[in-house]
Amino acid sequence: MSRARKILGRGGLYTVIGGFALFGAFPFYWMVIATFKRDHDLFNPVANPFIFNEPPTLDHLRLLIFDTHFVTYVMNTLWVGLAVVAITLLVAVPAAYSLARWARGWGETLGIGIFLTYLVPPTILFIPLSRFASALGLQESLWSLILIYPTFTIPFCTWLLMGFFKTIPKDIEEQAMIDGHSRLGAMFWVVLPLGISGLLTVVVFAFTLSMHEFIYALTFISVSAKKTVSIGVPTELVRGDVFQWGPLMAGALIASIPVAVVYTFFLDRFIAGFTMGAVK
Amino acid sequence: MSAAGKAEGMGRDEQAGIRDNSGQLALLMIAPAILYIAALIGFSFVLAILYSVSDITTGDPTLRIIGFQNFAAILDNSVFRLALKNTFFFAFTSQILVILLSRIVATALMKEFRGKWLARFLIMLPWTAPISLGTIGWLWMFDSIFSPFDWILRYFGLLGSPGALLGPMQNLYWLGVPGLAMASVIIVHVWRLLPLATVIQLAGLGSIPKDLLEAAEVDGASPWRRTLEITIPLTLPIVSIAFLFGLVFTFTDMTVVYVMTRGGPIHTTQVLSTWTFFKGIEGGDLAQGAAISLFLFPVLAGIAILMLRMVRKSEVV
Repeated sequence: MSRARKILGRGGLYTVIGGFALFGAFPFYWMVIATFKRDHDLFNPVANPFIFNEPPTLDHLRLLIFDTHFVTYVMNTLWVGLAVVAITLLVAVPAAYSLARWARGWGETLGIGIFLTYLVPPTILFIPLSRFASALGLQESLWSLILIYPTFTIPFCTWLLMGFFKTIPKDIEEQAMIDGHSRLGAMFWVVLPLGISGLLTVVVFAFTLSMHEFIYALTFISVSAKKTVSIGVPTELVRGDVFQWGPLMAGALIASIPVAVVYTFFLDRFIAGFTMGAVK
Repeated sequence: MSAAGKAEGMGRDEQAGIRDNSGQLALLMIAPAILYIAALIGFSFVLAILYSVSDITTGDPTLRIIGFQNFAAILDNSVFRLALKNTFFFAFTSQILVILLSRIVATALMKEFRGKWLARFLIMLPWTAPISLGTIGWLWMFDSIFSPFDWILRYFGLLGSPGALLGPMQNLYWLGVPGLAMASVIIVHVWRLLPLATVIQLAGLGSIPKDLLEAAEVDGASPWRRTLEITIPLTLPIVSIAFLFGLVFTFTDMTVVYVMTRGGPIHTTQVLSTWTFFKGIEGGDLAQGAAISLFLFPVLAGIAILMLRMVRKSEVV
């Protein structure tokens, strides 16, 4: 009796998990199918759309890589992402260290303040920022994105790093200072190497957050060759009524899966940082 | 500050005074972050407020203050009123669904089972992949002719034959019919926010002391009673935070609606964020765009204050 119930419970568990996994992953499965399907098979309303009715093809991939700006979008995205990571590290590491070590009263308040700026939405900011970018002569330039993306990576990464630095005992720095390092020297040579996993997490998040960004990129960039993946694929491969579904799905798939895999590796740290922020 | 005190005497050159003085150093290290945020976010926010009471357009970018005319004008527009209604409907419906579903997923993920890492990877995919690209997948799934949902419905005879339950036409036209378009946009939004809510729910469930549940079980409390009297009350604060955070997120996101429907058909999925974009950027009326974007700010600020209070009150984890 109890065994039957256990098997039933297991079955229920797998059904629930399977159902939600299907819900989460199905659009990506759909991209895989469309990427490798022949057009004749893809645009057949009668045949079973879930399987390959004709042998798979690489035509869509070839078209995507050689006949569109997709490779340029990927390069633009990498460049913006790396530059944003560099700025974020330069600004957020000292800020987080400062908050973690001298957080008495004002430090805590400031931390919450930083978290709150995360809640000021891009939908309010993109109109004035678009004027700001054009006043600086940065319209249609990737530099506008490099300048603006740190506004959301810095608050979040500072918050995340603050938690990491708090876990490194103060004694270690004190010892380093007794050994002749200055305060900054101790931070640079002793604390940062110990917090390397925290730094790596921040690199991953600053990069993925800037890769995910959509609204600013859509507002600031309209020249095709300057677009990033997240706006280039949805706006450039859909032209008027002509949907290049095969290459479109191929582009979406190639650009999403690597980020998703990397992100997943760091998900637990992200969760730790996020819940520490939300629940403290 | 004893560490700094000890270090004070050890400076090896004349700069050591600044380098080792905690107070100044702390300020110096945090200043770039504050300046960066203040310059870009603070300044832009003030500028948005100024724009909203001016008559600035992309064609005539001089700032003349004209008062609250823009707000009167946007309120007078029937599309704006529809977008306002849609925004609330869209945000609340998707958030209620997200909270309910994420509780189910989180409860399942609390258990140990084979292949858990794979299940977790798949469930998290909508959050880890760039949202505009994931939404493109959905756009193809809701295609007017080749939608797999239509194919399944046709396969089971629910659609596309005379006398079928959903009508004799071959397709439902998901994104072309007002009610279905809204439903589609909500489904995609639930899909994309479910992983984050699940993560937050997992944190909440993980924070319940195990012995509490075990003690209740020993005392003979039924699973229902344990859920009602232990799990729900103890996770309520963190769930409320997840709900409010998701609400802010939904109020202010335009990616899903922009990629899926661009607010159509006939503005039935238009929300304030997309309307801001179409008016302010594509239409070039920066002043009205700013006014539309600021319209919900009091609501957002209220939610943020509420969240902060809850965070302060509930130091659960």
